[in-house]
Amino acid sequence: MAEHTSSYTPSSGLEKWLDDRLPIIRFSKEHLMDYPTPKNLNYWWTFGGILAVMLVIQMITGIVLAMHFTPEAGLAFDSVELIKRDVNGGRIIQAVHSTGASFFFLAVYLHIFRGLYFGSYKAPREVLWMLGVLILLLMMATAFFGYVLPWGQMSFWAATVITNIFAAIPVVGDPLLELLRGGFAVGNPTLNRFFSLHYLLPFIIAAVVVLHIWALHVPGNNNPIGVDVKSSRDTVPFHPYYTMKDLFGIVVFLIPLAWIVFFAPDILGHTDNYIMANPLVTPPEIVPEWYFLPFYAILRSIDFNLLFIDSKLLGVIFFGASILILFFVPWLDRSKVRSGSFRPLFKPFYWIFVLNFLMLMYLGAQPPAGIYVTLGKVGVAYYFAYFLIILPLLARYETPRPLPASISESVLRPART
Amino acid sequence: MGVLAAVWPLIDQLNPDASVLALASVDFDLSSMQPGQVVTIKWRGQPVFVRYRLPEDVKAMEAVPLSDLKDPETDEARVKKGHEQYLIMVGICTHLGCVPEFNMGVHKDGWFCPCHGSQYDASGRIRSGPAPKNLVIPPYKFTSDTKISIG
Repeated sequence: MAEHTSSYTPSSGLEKWLDDRLPIIRFSKEHLMDYPTPKNLNYWWTFGGILAVMLVIQMITGIVLAMHFTPEAGLAFDSVELIKRDVNGGRIIQAVHSTGASFFFLAVYLHIFRGLYFGSYKAPREVLWMLGVLILLLMMATAFFGYVLPWGQMSFWAATVITNIFAAIPVVGDPLLELLRGGFAVGNPTLNRFFSLHYLLPFIIAAVVVLHIWALHVPGNNNPIGVDVKSSRDTVPFHPYYTMKDLFGIVVFLIPLAWIVFFAPDILGHTDNYIMANPLVTPPEIVPEWYFLPFYAILRSIDFNLLFIDSKLLGVIFFGASILILFFVPWLDRSKVRSGSFRPLFKPFYWIFVLNFLMLMYLGAQPPAGIYVTLGKVGVAYYFAYFLIILPLLARYETPRPLPASISESVLRPART
Repeated sequence: MGVLAAVWPLIDQLNPDASVLALASVDFDLSSMQPGQVVTIKWRGQPVFVRYRLPEDVKAMEAVPLSDLKDPETDEARVKKGHEQYLIMVGICTHLGCVPEFNMGVHKDGWFCPCHGSQYDASGRIRSGPAPKNLVIPPYKFTSDTKISIG
């Protein structure tokens, strides 16, 4: 797919002149318009485009908000309230930014689960997948830094609890904690540096997204049946077929976002964040944003010591491993068949994994007592077992169903999936 | 080596600056405290609990056998000799850094962390929950019979 012949012929003298010097029109035509795309992509494939739009929305609203925000511990809280009340249109811009973060994560989780189901991480797309995991990590850091900026009670205590995670590291933990916070507790220096990093990271994300798309355009898109493109009959040009399909997906995706922004801008937030940060009082319950709940549940579920590792450090190890393990998925799942549609045993385990993820999300918001503690441990066990035991064993013992000969054949005579 | 020397200042600038370090010690006058009172003061931006303990609490804490404790430490080791009634400790849960609440848990005149449910006794020692250690005793000394200097 990468070596398709160019479809671009400069039509005017000026285009010809530019093409010999900076072939940017040729590049755009080949990669944004004529790029050959499997013709059977379903709506799960629109989330890439949705994510690109979300990144742009977050950057534009964020740059505007930074014009009115004051990164100083005594003033930050009031400046955010000022944005919501006094800045022209600030109420909407701020709500788009805070709600947009949630929808950004919703889209990225759907995008990742799409990849996990259809085997989009398998050869030759391992680098594409790993760049995606890197983007997820950068997104998490950016979202965390951003959440601290309004300097409410939840902001402050999120910063305290999350930076405290690093204190669990043996030997260097405590000096590292002071280094990260710029003080003995979270305070003005912490707020300042988090603002600086919150502004920086989206641009790094954008750069990694460029690499992610580059790594996509070398092997080309995976597709719902996971069979390689065999001829030009299997593809359609990206424009207008998928620009239109993506645009439709984007519009549908933005409708609930708009509803929240206009009618319930605080529905995804926490009421305690309307109380200004107070280092001497902890809110009665600390709950992270919904998109961090599954990982928070994993962190909390580890309340036992293992050999010489105490419960605090062990929780942090599991917490980190739950995301880093994604980097290794291409080598944990050795099944030759990409698409889960043709893997009868894989399917139930996959859907249990999805439900388990949702259960961990629910548990992350519950008080850590009684049955929730036990369920949390079961959830953690399945999360890791799926990657470390189930996927490697399935690759060995599962008999996949026969694959269609080509994408065209599957479109013309749909296989029973 | 040259690269390291150039990079180090860029990392070191993240460390607490001189104005933060200048606030590293704080003085407190105990003479205004009533028996049974808890006062929270700010040291290095963190809460420090100063507790004027009742005699029965001191007696009860001294009687706790070390085998009952998750992080074994005698009550005597957590106070200054001759000033056993004053318990001075950093009010930060040793789990993930929340501020425990006084007398809200199962231990009489103890502390309870609302975040993840750690229970501390009247000596600030961890008795149950995910926290691994007792509440930390900050470095402090009595500058006179009723005055302390923390830090």
